[in-house]
Parts: sequence; structure tokens; C-alpha cells
Amino acid sequence: MSDQRAVTDRDGVDPTVESSGVSRRTFIRIVSVAGAGLTLGVTYKVVMGSVDEPATDAAFAPDAWLRIDEDGAVTIMVNKSEMGQGITTALPQLLAEELEVPLERVDFAFAPAHPAYRMPPMGMQLTAGSTSVMTSWEPLRRAGATARWMLREAAAQMWGVAPDQVSMADGSAIHPDGSSLSYGELAVTAATIAVPTSVPLKDPSEFRLIGTSPPRLDIPLKTTGQAVFGMDAGPSDARVAVIARSPIFGGVLRSFDPAPALAVEGVDEVVEVAAGVAVVANGYWVAKKGRDALRIEWDEGEGSVLDDAEISRRFQAAVESGGKAARDDGDVDVAMVDAGTVVSSTYSLPYLAHTTMEPMNCTAVVQDGHCTVWAPTQFQDAPGIIGGGSRQAAAKAAGLDEDKVELHTTFLGGGFGRRAERDFVIEAAELASKVAGPVRVIWPREDDVQHDYYRPASYHELSAALDEAGRPIAWRHEMALQSIMENWIPGWLPKFVASWAGFTPGGVDPTAVEGAENHPYLIPNVRVSWADVPLPIPIGFWRSVGNSHNGFVVESFVDELAHSAGQDPYQYRRAMLMDQPRHQAVLDAVAEISGWDTAPPEGRARGIAVVSSFGSYVAEVAEVSVEAGRLRIHKIWCATDCGVVVNPGIVRAQMESAIVYGLTAALYGRISIEGGRAVQSNFHDYPMLRMNEAPEVEVVLVPSGDPPGGVGEPGLPPAAPAVTNALFALTGQRIRDLPIRLG
Amino acid sequence: MVTFTLNGQPREVDVPGDTPLLWVIRDTVKLTGTKFGCGIGQCGACTVHLNGKAVRSCQTPIGAVAGADVMTIEGLSPDGDHPVQRAWVEEQVPQCGYCQSGQIMSAVALLAQTRRPTDEEIDGAMSGNLCRCGTYNAIRRAIHRAAELSADWPVLVAEAEQGGDR
Repeated sequence: MSDQRAVTDRDGVDPTVESSGVSRRTFIRIVSVAGAGLTLGVTYKVVMGSVDEPATDAAFAPDAWLRIDEDGAVTIMVNKSEMGQGITTALPQLLAEELEVPLERVDFAFAPAHPAYRMPPMGMQLTAGSTSVMTSWEPLRRAGATARWMLREAAAQMWGVAPDQVSMADGSAIHPDGSSLSYGELAVTAATIAVPTSVPLKDPSEFRLIGTSPPRLDIPLKTTGQAVFGMDAGPSDARVAVIARSPIFGGVLRSFDPAPALAVEGVDEVVEVAAGVAVVANGYWVAKKGRDALRIEWDEGEGSVLDDAEISRRFQAAVESGGKAARDDGDVDVAMVDAGTVVSSTYSLPYLAHTTMEPMNCTAVVQDGHCTVWAPTQFQDAPGIIGGGSRQAAAKAAGLDEDKVELHTTFLGGGFGRRAERDFVIEAAELASKVAGPVRVIWPREDDVQHDYYRPASYHELSAALDEAGRPIAWRHEMALQSIMENWIPGWLPKFVASWAGFTPGGVDPTAVEGAENHPYLIPNVRVSWADVPLPIPIGFWRSVGNSHNGFVVESFVDELAHSAGQDPYQYRRAMLMDQPRHQAVLDAVAEISGWDTAPPEGRARGIAVVSSFGSYVAEVAEVSVEAGRLRIHKIWCATDCGVVVNPGIVRAQMESAIVYGLTAALYGRISIEGGRAVQSNFHDYPMLRMNEAPEVEVVLVPSGDPPGGVGEPGLPPAAPAVTNALFALTGQRIRDLPIRLG
Repeated sequence: MVTFTLNGQPREVDVPGDTPLLWVIRDTVKLTGTKFGCGIGQCGACTVHLNGKAVRSCQTPIGAVAGADVMTIEGLSPDGDHPVQRAWVEEQVPQCGYCQSGQIMSAVALLAQTRRPTDEEIDGAMSGNLCRCGTYNAIRRAIHRAAELSADWPVLVAEAEQGGDR
């Protein structure tokens, strides 16, 4: 995919020099959020593009976030993609809190792809890393407070009173005599007031909307079939294309015969595109039949020798030849030699597909040198210097300048990181530039499963040296897996651009080691290393990213150590978290609600795990049994400290969602590689957890005054180890490879 | 040429007889509430009612629909106020929402058959509908709530099957 990421904006600006007054450019210092998937532990500067405001017809639009019309309509622009996480409610809650307008009188609109909507920590218009609320927390409240201040000034002017005589409530300004002017009536005057540079924000004790769970603004659309997803967007006369793709990873088109496809009644045309061969028809069914009829020869490339066994061999060899240290505290080697007891284990985890319920798709039209795209994307817009977001990528694919592309974000039928990629947008824009009229590329589910950017498979060797009390004095964790960031930040990019994303090519990929190098346990000697294993298998960000494998490995191995020491797994963890109060608090909370100290019902056992990721802390307890040779998960208890909670209902729903996603992976998730291709193809051989298997889930939110952490991902990493630790407690079988296979 | 009734309206479509009902609904009639998820009857996103029974429209060739009554999410109620839809709102069920048309159609068919389903009956009727966001427990709560909400249930079902003309 590196060919899609050419540098388009390298115009001599040196971003290492802090400068002011650079025309049409703003240098913004961005502090990364600890643990965020895309950016780790670095403070950096970002070259932002133009920050002109997007155009609007609204009477009052003090910034990119808010529009108030004379009829009183209040529209809050949402620059994040809605993919289930309720962001079209949580973000408006932040702004409406300060604006003093009831949420039920607020409408939301998806922001267009535009530099004004790029945000920290990545400096992109991107929904990823569980960052939406944490990064919007301050700017959206500030936007609401700014607008409220301007509306109050407008009311004071209109009434000829001092602003402090005017109170603001319920979408209106209120005169001391009790009369009022609605925001709609104030809009035109407010638009003439200079935007203040600094306004006070409410004290949290004054919050009336933040911390509550009002009805989600998107749910009426989602219970009536009216929500417009990518599949439903764009011109209703759009033709449909299905693309034949190389079944072998890294394969390229050698030749094809369009005749059998064109012979299918209803097929309009067959077009070669970078992704393969597109068959265009007036509907999906015919396009798919045409695609399946194509005769194609592929150059298979070196990928065709790959299978699971070969990949596993390469992983093991990479660990043996040594990796790069991500963390090296004390002297692990000496401590291991001196120790009386050393416990060692190996773990391996498979590639995983995202399988969003809505298969990949995108609609585009190119007309008169202008391209319009309707995309269910997590990644709208980014500076061209790193290859850009979907808008920039579509421009390149259609052979147009960036400002000739208009990108509309639809509802996303699931994202989970898959839709942070731009492949499905690029191919639609390219195809639209080669055919007449609008065209919608739809991926059959088989394409979606077999051409994903998978959660990377990984292999882990761990050893721990224990003292007489059974506590670890040394911990060694060596892992091998492909690098996600090497794909996203290719080596030819200027170094400052790469480090901007928290990753230096040739260095340690933070997404490989997150959850392992920063494990919270108090151990004097710790070494965590990673060996890169480049492979042609496409990989990417999968819900909770590196924490999805490292959370499982670390929490399983700690459980092994607890059992090896003959100690209670909860108390054993707790004792090693003496300097981690937030970890301890969620552990204590989950132990309490699960009745950890009481015996489980006959035939069942419980397991526990705790992982901090994306700025939040989550502990989970699973209760399981084995019935008729099948693992049954009865209940998951979950305690989370995710900082200040904006919408507790949504946080609970996100925890439960991430748990189910994690359990699906634990029970079933595996993409096998054979002959350089993905073996599984659809839900019959890549199954999902179903309703009859879904455990009861109980979530408790641990009160916290810390700034908001993420909630979309952190519930996932503890789920699998809680279950496998429970299984060990029940049967004595230690699961070190996922998915779970009962012994 | 195949003739059938869709949400109470007679329809005549000219498509190959093997075309799945799903794609007739989406690509020919242009009703987009019914979703494509897998194409092999494994996920339930495409669930519609065929003569009052929940079916996977991706596995139902249009040739088999001749003369039949088909209802999609759009035909359930004019204002989204069918008891199942109300229960879905009250329980705040949807997350991404993509599977929910299918979930709701399966739930309506279940409740039309079984006024107060047990958890086991809910499992039996709903386990063919995948939800990748993991809303299963919320769906279960909403079905129980819908059963409570539908004191006037038989009337509503009958009206809904007529196309929601109330």
C-alpha cells in the first residue's frame, strides 16, 4: 500500500523549528495520550494544513463545531465516525453542557472531511485509539462555552443591559425581568460579536448533562432502517461493482479474460483497477456473478509459500535470534541465574479478521474534474505529507487535487480499526474516475474476510524468576510479530514525520509491545523485547491493537505464576500493584461484585484479569463451566475506571461490546494461512459469538476524577484471560494458544 | 416478471429468477433498511417477513416470492412506534445499528408466535442473528419489554402484516 502514500506536501517547511506567523499554517503541539493505539509516549509537533473554517449557511457559526439557525435549530458537527460507540450523543453532550441547551433540542451532523476537523493526538480527522471523548473533552466544552458567551453578549446588546445581568438556560437568554430570547432569535446578532479568546468552563459540580445517559440521538434512525450506512449512501442510481482480488497476499494481476463476465446478462463493463479487476453492473447480484465468472491469472509472488507452520517457524527463529528491547529494567539475565524457581511458557495467537457487520464498501462519482465520495470511514482527512486520509487518498487515486474531492462520512456498520484503512476508498475513487456515473464498490463477505488488514499473529516466550515467597523478581517477555507501523509509516518518510506518529522506522513498534512493555506489576528486573518478522500478510489496527495479544499473554502468565506460588490470583496481582492505585481499585471492585471470596456454584470456576489500555483501567472476572465437552461462559463481571464519565450508559454498553468482541476471538477467532492465502471466508468458518452463547455481563464504573480515558477498546483485553484463567481453575488446563481448544 | 406484495404495495419486478429477494429489495426497489451481511444465511442482517415468517432474504430467490407478502423494516410501522421498535429505543439497544433491522424483524416474528417468550425461546429465535457490537443482552431485555408493551399485540401484528396502514 506504500504506493498510495506518496509525499504530496513536502514544500520546504521545517517543522522542527517553532515559528509563528507562518502563512496558512499552524504549528500545534500535541501531547500524546498514553496507551493510545496510534501514538505512544511521545510529545511532538505536527504540521497542520490550512485551518480555514468549512463553509456554512447557518446564521451563527462561531467555529467548526456549532451551527445555530434563526429558526432555533442547533446543529452540532460531529467530526468522529459513529460505528457503534455512541459518539453522535457523547460529543454533543459535551458541547450542549456548556451551551446550556437541552440535548433533545440538538441535532447532529457528520462533519465533512476538512482540515478544521483534524484533532489531537494524531493531528488527523480519524476515529481510532479510543480517543474521541478524551480529545474532545476540552475543545467541545470550550466551543459550547464560547458560543454561550457570545449569545449572552448578543442578548445584552439587544436589551441594553450589562451581560452579567443576563442568565442563560434551556436554550434561551433570560432578562432580569423574566422575559427571554431564544438562541434562534439571538443568532444573527451573536454572529456579529467577536469570538472571545478565552472563556471560563463550568466547574464539574455544575454539570447537568455530563455524567447522565440521555437517549442516544442516533437510535431512532437505527430502529427504523433509516440510518444511512455506506451501503445505502450516495446517488440511488449508482451502479455496483465487485472486484476480483489476488487470492494470494502480495499477488499481482498477470492477465484476465473479461468475456465470461461480459456474457453474464446485466454486466455493463469490466475494468482493470489497482486492486484487481472490477465488474460493473446495475446491481450487486449480477456484478458478483460477473466477478465470479472472470478468468484471471495472478502472479503469486513469494507469499505463496506461506502457511501457519512456516509463519510459526519464522516467529520462533526471530525470537531466538533476539529482538529489540522495548523495556530493560535491572538485569534479568543475572536474576534468572540466581533464582531458585524459574517458570517458562510460550504463547501464540492467530491472525484475526475484523468482520464488521457491514462489509467493506464505498461509493464515488467523478464528474467535471470533481470527485464526490460517500465512505463509511474512520479516517477522513490528514496532512498529505504522511499520505493523507481518505480524502487525500481518493484524490490521488482519481488523479485530482485534494481540493477537488468532497468526502461524506456515513454511519459505519462497525469499524473496530478496519475502517481506519483507506483501501476501499481508494479503489472506489479510482474506478469512478474510469467509468461514467456513480459507482458503489461492494465487497462480498468472502472478500471482507480474506482481504482484511488482520490483527497480526504473534508468538511469545516468557520466563519469570520467583523468590521464596513466589513473587517474581525477574520477568522476560520476548515476542515476534509483524509491525503495523512499518506499514503505516514506511521507511522512506522523513524521520520527523515518522517520529510524529510515535514510531521510528527500525525502532520498536509501540503497537507490537503495548500491554507488555508497560505491564503494571512491580518487578525489579524486566526485559520485554520484540522481533520484527516482515511478511506479505496485510495487518492493521484491530480493536485494542497490541493489548489484544499482550493483555492475554501477560494476564495468563501472571496467573500461572500465582498458581505456581500457590496463591490466590486476585491477591497475588494486588500485592504486585502496590504503587498502582487505579489498577487496585478496579481489581477490588470486580472482586467485590463477583463475590470472588465466595465459592462459585457447583461445577463452575472463576478467573480474573486486569489490563490498563487507552487511558482506562479494566478488571474482569469470568465464571465458566464445561458442559458436554463445551466451554460455557456464564457471566462476566467488569469494573472500569475510565476517568470522568460523560455518559455512563454508553460506557457500560462499550464495555459489554468489547467483552463480546474479545470472547468471540477467544472462542473462535482464527484466520489460518495456507498457500499464502486466508483459509476462512465467511461466518460458517469464521464464527461469531451468538445470542445463545452470550454471557450475562455486569459492569460497575469506579468513580474517578481523572480526565476521561478511552472506552471503545479497554474492555477487550481482560476478557479472554479472565475466561482461560477460569478454565484453568476449573480443569487445570492452561490455554496458551487461542482460540481455546479444550484438552 | 415476478409479482409480489412489499409492505402492502403490489410490486412487479423484471429480474433473473435466481436473484435473491435481498437484492431486489435493495437494488431494484431501492429500500435500504434491509442489510447485506454475509450472503449465505449465516448472519441474519437481511431478515424480512415472508407471509409473516422471518426469512433470510439473501437465501430467498425472487422466483420463490411470486404472489407472497413481504414485509421489511420500513413496513413495520409508519413512525417507528411498533412495540418492538419502542422497546428497542427504551432499552437503547443499537450500537452501530447495522444488524438491527434484521434483529427487529426476527423479534417481531418471534413475538407474533410467542407472546411471552422465555429466555430459551429467545435464544432459539434470535441465535441466527449476529451482532458484532455485542448487543445480545440488550436485545434480550428489549424482547421481554416488548412483550410487556404489546397489550394490543394481536391487533398490531395484524396491522403490521397489512403494511402498517394505520
